[in-house]
Amino acid sequence: MPTAIEIFKHLPKKNCGKCNFPTCLAFAMQLANSKAKLADCPYVTEEAKAKLEASSAPPIRLVSIGAGESKFEIGDETELYRHDKKFFHQTRYAIVISDTASDKEAGAKLKRAADLRFERVGQNLAMDMLGVRNDSGDPAKFASMVARVAKESALPLVLMSADAEAIKAAASAARPSRPLIYAADANNWQAMAAVAKELKFPLAVKHDELNGLAGLVEKVRAAGVEDLVLDLCPRDLQQLVERNTIVRKNAVKKTFRGLGFPIVTNACGSKQAVLMALTSTMKYGGIVLLDDLDPAHAIPLFVLRQNIYTDPQVPIQVKAGLYSINNPGGDAPVLFTTNFSLTYFTVAADIEKSRVPAWLLVVDTEGLSVMTAFSAGKLTAEGVAEALRSSGALEKSSRKEVIMPGMLSRMSGKLQELTGLKVIVGPRESSGIPKVLRSL
Amino acid sequence: MVEVPVPREKWSGKIGAVKLGASSAEGGSRQAVEVGGAAGMPFLSYEGLGKRQLLAGEIVDDPSLLTEMATRAFGDAVSDPAEWARKWVQDFHADLICIKLRSTNPEGMNSSSEDAAQTVVRVLKAVSVPVIVYGCGQEEKDARTMGAVSNACAGERLLLGQAEEAAYKTISAAAMANHHALVAFSNLDINLAKQMNILLADFGVKLDNVVMDPLMAGLGMGLEYSYSVNERIRIAALMGDRMLQAPMLCDITSSWEAREATEENVQWGEAEERGTWWEATTGLAALMSGADLLVVRSPRSMAVLREAIDGLRGGQ
Repeated sequence: MPTAIEIFKHLPKKNCGKCNFPTCLAFAMQLANSKAKLADCPYVTEEAKAKLEASSAPPIRLVSIGAGESKFEIGDETELYRHDKKFFHQTRYAIVISDTASDKEAGAKLKRAADLRFERVGQNLAMDMLGVRNDSGDPAKFASMVARVAKESALPLVLMSADAEAIKAAASAARPSRPLIYAADANNWQAMAAVAKELKFPLAVKHDELNGLAGLVEKVRAAGVEDLVLDLCPRDLQQLVERNTIVRKNAVKKTFRGLGFPIVTNACGSKQAVLMALTSTMKYGGIVLLDDLDPAHAIPLFVLRQNIYTDPQVPIQVKAGLYSINNPGGDAPVLFTTNFSLTYFTVAADIEKSRVPAWLLVVDTEGLSVMTAFSAGKLTAEGVAEALRSSGALEKSSRKEVIMPGMLSRMSGKLQELTGLKVIVGPRESSGIPKVLRSL
Repeated sequence: MVEVPVPREKWSGKIGAVKLGASSAEGGSRQAVEVGGAAGMPFLSYEGLGKRQLLAGEIVDDPSLLTEMATRAFGDAVSDPAEWARKWVQDFHADLICIKLRSTNPEGMNSSSEDAAQTVVRVLKAVSVPVIVYGCGQEEKDARTMGAVSNACAGERLLLGQAEEAAYKTISAAAMANHHALVAFSNLDINLAKQMNILLADFGVKLDNVVMDPLMAGLGMGLEYSYSVNERIRIAALMGDRMLQAPMLCDITSSWEAREATEENVQWGEAEERGTWWEATTGLAALMSGADLLVVRSPRSMAVLREAIDGLRGGQ
């Protein structure tokens, strides 16, 4: 977004007030904060309008696909590294069904896509899309497979065909969802662009070389299609990383604006499909097309995406409450820690390692780690005493004791007073937990 | 014709290359390798690839601490470190061996430092690749063990682990005495990583003897923190921070400790395959964020990672 001063340079400087702001500078300030529309100025020139619109466009276009609850957006990214701010719109995965697939094969893939659904730290991890590929060459056959898939699944679709007639034939079956058309290439781009424009569907554009792709994108845009997704046709993992990086970096650094669109990678038929999906997830991928996805591969892939797209400014929290580790019984000890995910994972892993059955009480500290929470007053003796009561920890364990993080030793007297329990000051580092547990 | 520019960064710094292992001409008995040397962000050939990323196979000398699912392919060899090492290299093409002398733990088997050093000597005889050696994590014992290992393996240029802020002098002295390389460990923080390298430099350890380990958190266990810390370390190094230009080691074996990696659950696919990819995914994230050397537990995930490195380097 340009600054108020940059915008001001392009305004007529008449201070006529017709925009409902007293001066052009005041209007520019409202524009910079997205609180006014440029169209409210009756005197702004077409040239200035075009310039301002271009400079306020996001570096990577936001493209939305699908409709209703399963609709999603890709693009509109501004960073090269997640630690600079965050990655905004996560990579999406599609399972592709051929229109020559038997009834059984198609059914199996549809069930697969529906079953790939897991819950993890409060988020649902799931398959995002289904593709239908026109292998038959027959528009009618393609349309009937699209109709079946659209009927049995609400996931957004990818219509995969090089034939604009086939896309047209399948379009009504795909509605009201807004599918992605895959893809326009050097041979069919005119017909594809015409279909995409008419149907108002987003369009993938592919070329096996970046200069060629930029040229093709120019033509497709001139034909009136703006919602584009780019297939950079990487030959191997190295090209995947390099081309995705070139496209992302040019867009966010504004060294080249012609390829400012999200990226789709077609991993169908590749022996390295899972590696391509993982790599795309870390390196700027928008959509990855896959023949299939084994759950044993899907879970690590989905968890990687969850990790990479986490906002670095907001700590991931685990749910507060009492966790059982190593099948504890009534005589198992109680330990407590914070609900900062990293702290919880470390402590839980160390308790597991000890092989000593134990109850782990996770206290809500708003996602802060032990020392930070203590310093900020989010981890107090009162709070811990309350959590011990409300979580049922005192009924679950008959031992009249609780083990606390070593860094909180200052709190031990107060906690003892409030709970009447024997308070054992644990190790300062989580790695010392097994030793303490074994010595009880 | 539209020309898409290649936005190559003009970095002023470069990752150092550290030599591990020593040939007979250099007083050792193995094939030496170099780790590090990259002149750009990972796997961007137009910025400069550096040496090939290396994969070390993990060996533990206390059989009670194994992850059976990850080490199944070794069969009975897991009870004999030398045989285990031989299998890693011959059957699974490990670039290095990483032996963890957990048996020396005073809380566990409490084997003597001298016996542990002899285990390393046997491993060195069984394979011709460079060897990384860790102790049991107990400070005083590790100081003794690393002293014994350093002397028993003089000239072999081992990579000794690990120097940490609270305990680095004894192990640094042990490494310097026989010209071994050293792992500089820090806990998930770029400033601590730099601080550790400065402490070592002040103590007299030259940076070309140092490989740093910024602690790789496993998939689902804080991986994103490590990913960003690693990236920031690599960027700072390339921007010219001398004290962060050591090659990076990531130990990804802790991936196997995530419950989701190996828990039996019919909805989640086969557990061993999932565990394999859990470790491989952690390894891939380490590589993409700047790791030059990985310590790996399962030969199956090592195979996946080797294929990934081949692909990411475009076959180079």
